[in-house]
Amino acid sequence: MAKGAVTFDIETCKGCELCIDACPQDSLQLSPNINAQGYHYAVLVKDNCTGCTNCALVCPDAVITVYRETKKGKVPVARVTNVTENITVTLTDERK
Amino acid sequence: MAQEIMEEMITPDVEGMECVYQRPETLLDARFHYCPGCGHSVVHRVLMEVIQELAITEKTVGVAPVGCSVFADRYMGVDMQGAAHGRASAVATAVKRILPDRYVFSYQGDGDLAAIGTAETIHTCNRGENILIVFINNAIYGMTGGQMAPTTLLGMKTSTTPTGRTLEIGGHPLKITELVAQLPGVAYVTRQSVHTPNAVRQLKKALTKSFQYQKEVRGTCFVEVVSNCPSGWKMTPLQANAWLVENMFPLYPPGDLRTPQ
Amino acid sequence: MADIRLMKGNEALAEAAIRAGCQAYFGYPITPQSEVLEYLANEGRKRGMIVLQAESEVASINMVYGAAGAGARVMTSSSSPGISLMMEGISYIACAELPCLLVNVNRGGPGLGTIQPSQGDYFQAVKGGGHGDYRLIVLAPSSVQEMADFVYDAFDLADKYRNPVMILADGALGQMMEKVAFREYDPKDHMMVKPWATTGKPSTRPPNVITTLHMLPEQMEEVNRRLQAKYAGIQQQEVRYELLDAEDAEYLVVAYGLAARIAHRGIQLARARGHKVGLLRPITLFPYPEKVLKSMAKRLQGILVVEMNAGQMVEDVRLAVEGRAPVQFYGRMGGIIPSPDEVTEALEKMITTTVTHPVEAD
Repeated sequence: MAKGAVTFDIETCKGCELCIDACPQDSLQLSPNINAQGYHYAVLVKDNCTGCTNCALVCPDAVITVYRETKKGKVPVARVTNVTENITVTLTDERK
Repeated sequence: MAQEIMEEMITPDVEGMECVYQRPETLLDARFHYCPGCGHSVVHRVLMEVIQELAITEKTVGVAPVGCSVFADRYMGVDMQGAAHGRASAVATAVKRILPDRYVFSYQGDGDLAAIGTAETIHTCNRGENILIVFINNAIYGMTGGQMAPTTLLGMKTSTTPTGRTLEIGGHPLKITELVAQLPGVAYVTRQSVHTPNAVRQLKKALTKSFQYQKEVRGTCFVEVVSNCPSGWKMTPLQANAWLVENMFPLYPPGDLRTPQ
Repeated sequence: MADIRLMKGNEALAEAAIRAGCQAYFGYPITPQSEVLEYLANEGRKRGMIVLQAESEVASINMVYGAAGAGARVMTSSSSPGISLMMEGISYIACAELPCLLVNVNRGGPGLGTIQPSQGDYFQAVKGGGHGDYRLIVLAPSSVQEMADFVYDAFDLADKYRNPVMILADGALGQMMEKVAFREYDPKDHMMVKPWATTGKPSTRPPNVITTLHMLPEQMEEVNRRLQAKYAGIQQQEVRYELLDAEDAEYLVVAYGLAARIAHRGIQLARARGHKVGLLRPITLFPYPEKVLKSMAKRLQGILVVEMNAGQMVEDVRLAVEGRAPVQFYGRMGGIIPSPDEVTEALEKMITTTVTHPVEAD
């Protein structure tokens, strides 16, 4: 299983619990602590996150950033940037 | 205490990991005013994600309604116009006619689009205006405090149907999307939702397709999103999403109602 | 020789709009001004104008809002009941400071009324029929020639002040035919750069937002202050009127539009009978020509206001005159057009009943 992780902008989270419900790994919980708005914010409580992005997709406040371990040895060769209308793709070689 | 919560992993170690998902840059850096769990801001984010990935920020003009999403211009990082209640599709019609090579969308709630703005909705679609209409159906007037909307379900309690909507009080829930799907000028009519990760993925595809169709001048694209209103329905976000599946979907079944020939 | 044509007021106005570089027209049929939409649907479309017959005047005015917000030179036209339907949109346009041309070919009211000419919409046009403190610049033509000429002026004023401008005509001016020559006017020399328009956000600037929502009252007050300052500037710089036979006038008639033409004929009849009567014809109803009225009032025995309504502009005359001279009113309602003799008669009645008072030295 891929290894992933998520971070929360805990000050913006409104404790709506949708991410907790959406997580297939049950790795999220509401923290017993509250943020400045008075909400119990969501946090990662287990390290079995696979970086599937489910939580981030349903998050109404876009507070979740998802990371995933890159497959061993496979370094991303190119990053597609600024894809415009006529799909001109600029290749940048990450290894440099 | 439920299962003992491990030490909060606020900043997990992401060394050597690649970021696979983050808040789109086209979403302005402002906190949403929406109630906790509200579907509106999910749709905002997905819409802006699509605009970012299609790299059409510079060519898109949005029209905001009057309702909970009247503040859309605080969040959507594209040129926006705020329309009078119900008139967003008329405003969008004119913007598109003036700027035919721009992507134009109107973003409206159920009161805006299916009550006061019904005539504009029907005629914009009947003219086949080459715009995208994003229609958030949460069966209630959220901004003004939870009144009955045209799409409020029979038996549903709102501040103006305190004992539940009945035929005598307010007639039948209006299935505006089915109406619109009959109009030949409309290229793509689909009903989506954002209550599960997969539903959000589907919505993203629907919105991407809509902008593609708009580019190909296929006619009006109409994307309804059946959404929740935790405050108006007086439920927690999770209860609201469960209620939505059980009560809204039977009357407003998700799926494509019309696709371009 | 400029090409002089014989045209209906509505069509002359429409032709002028094309020549003035109007890019879009959104409207809805209503007698007595459907010819504007019809003419543009034919000639306008041929010459590149976007002409859309909307599902209602409500949709039309909101399309004007959208097009103006996208930076286009845009107009609509309607008549009294239709203009009432546009009031909310007009308030939005005024608040968002969007330039556009609104044409009201006033018909007899209230209600469905009649299709005959009337001036019953003066208050609505000048005092604001929509909600909130806003003003329209209002131009009142009194001939087919002015129906055409004021279109160019209206578009230029709208752009200059980023404000909706209304041409307040009436059913007769719209329907009657007169000679008209079209002004030399190259739209390219008059097009304004509109950096505020919603044309799509380049990476070099934040999004442009056309909105009228200002939740914080301090912000809303600031918007109002800006609007009021603009209106004050317009009041100072853009007043237009015509004075006829006023040099030696002891009595003055104040009338605009069609009523002014009729009154002028009535005045000539009164002059023939030895009465020294002049005419003040306001051309801008906002900004109203207060100064000239105030300055003349001191040396006048009386002022007769003639309107095709129950008496609306007469209030503004009284405000300007502030009691310096007696102000009387003569009007016909419901779409009846007064005759010149009626004006002469009203003048004579005023002249015989007002006690001549010593005139203040200047």
